Amino acid sequence: MKTASPAERFSSPLWRDKALAASALAEMTGLAAQAAALKGGSVNFMEVCGTHTMAIAASGMRRLFPKELRMLSGPGCPVCVTSQGDIDRVLALAAVPGVIITTFGDMLKVKGSKGLDLHAMRERGSDVRVVYSPLDAVALAQAEPGRQVVFIGVGFETTAPVIGGAVARAKKLGLKNFSSTAFFKLVPPALELLLSDPENRIHGFMLPGHVSAIIGLEPYKFVAEKYKVPCVVTGFEPLDILTGINMLLRQVVSGKPSVEDEYFRVVHAAGNPVAQKLLSEVFTVTAASWRAIGTVKATGLGFSRVYAGFDAIKRFKIPYEDAPEPKGCRCGAILLGKALPPDCPLFGKACTPSSAVGPCMVSSEGACAAWFKYGG
Amino acid sequence: MCLAVPGKIISLKNSNAEVDFSGVRRAVSLDLVPDAKKNDYVLVHAGFAIQVLDPKEAEETLKLFKEIYATTGGDAYSGELGHNNP
Repeated sequence: MKTASPAERFSSPLWRDKALAASALAEMTGLAAQAAALKGGSVNFMEVCGTHTMAIAASGMRRLFPKELRMLSGPGCPVCVTSQGDIDRVLALAAVPGVIITTFGDMLKVKGSKGLDLHAMRERGSDVRVVYSPLDAVALAQAEPGRQVVFIGVGFETTAPVIGGAVARAKKLGLKNFSSTAFFKLVPPALELLLSDPENRIHGFMLPGHVSAIIGLEPYKFVAEKYKVPCVVTGFEPLDILTGINMLLRQVVSGKPSVEDEYFRVVHAAGNPVAQKLLSEVFTVTAASWRAIGTVKATGLGFSRVYAGFDAIKRFKIPYEDAPEPKGCRCGAILLGKALPPDCPLFGKACTPSSAVGPCMVSSEGACAAWFKYGG
Repeated sequence: MCLAVPGKIISLKNSNAEVDFSGVRRAVSLDLVPDAKKNDYVLVHAGFAIQVLDPKEAEETLKLFKEIYATTGGDAYSGELGHNNP
């Protein structure tokens, strides 16, 4: 093979090489049979990250998996885990006269409990703009000093420091017309929520690559030590995913659960200490409202006292009200690994990407959207 | 939403960099990777670099894959599976 330039090493076709993948799958077949014999049935692994869900679906590899292996999609799609009550608060913010709502595109079509979404709010006159980065929202606040600019902050530990960075910049600039929501969720407490359910049948976690780039490996240790469940931080290329699964299977077979790092080209044991410090300055660990789970203490991030002035919810005094899930929608069970998309009676019938009922079909990273677009 | 893309720092001023993503250039904040330098590869999420990447570690991973999975001799490449950076 010719010598690749550094850039080509990140985009090399080898990451998707068919012959290597076939060999990885052959190894997987043998390991899965051994692991299934030990578990007395199927082996259930959960990919916690929506980007993994999409990568698995887009590669078509699910159909090549050994029959004993079940990959479940976990609570890793930020839009999907945002509670109906918080979606209603986003829509309430959009209804505040004169406010400019800035958001990632994924939030546009998530319906609130009254059937409206940000897209519909825009049609009704709300000023809703999709941005690439929260820094674009800060720049907009600078350019429009007479208007209040609100960024809709949702996400996990990957996105929280990015939004924290934008808020810190707004503070440095002395901007009085910028604020954000902080509907952030934390991955390790989400894993604990899943594992503390006695009915869970999760035999291993494919851990999110980019969340781990921020938090490192230490926060997952309890999964292997307390719950004896294997963990592998995994990258997003097809061979990363196949290798991550094989590493999980080997842990099951050996009976020695640990936290391994397949994605070491990005994820280092200590994570990103600068981002961690920023997170601890701008935010504080707080209760978070999860779809289908409810409000659980110490599972999310809200603004710290120092940055409380940037909390859009406080600035515009938006109350929280519990709201029911869309009728018939099984997003909640899917997020908890208790159902697969085709188990939902609405899937592909009343609920499709062009007319979605639940957020798992709305978000481009949702399990239902991935299943609908690429097949199971 | 946790999608992040590798790119190369072309130029930087304070903590603001211009990053090249296979030909497309964008402004990227280096606030979260203050030690990043010109010509470094960084992983970018929503306008912020979140990690500095070492191309040698990427090469090491590819080498490892070839060692683990290549059962036949010679160049095992025979086509691509899936999409580029899904």
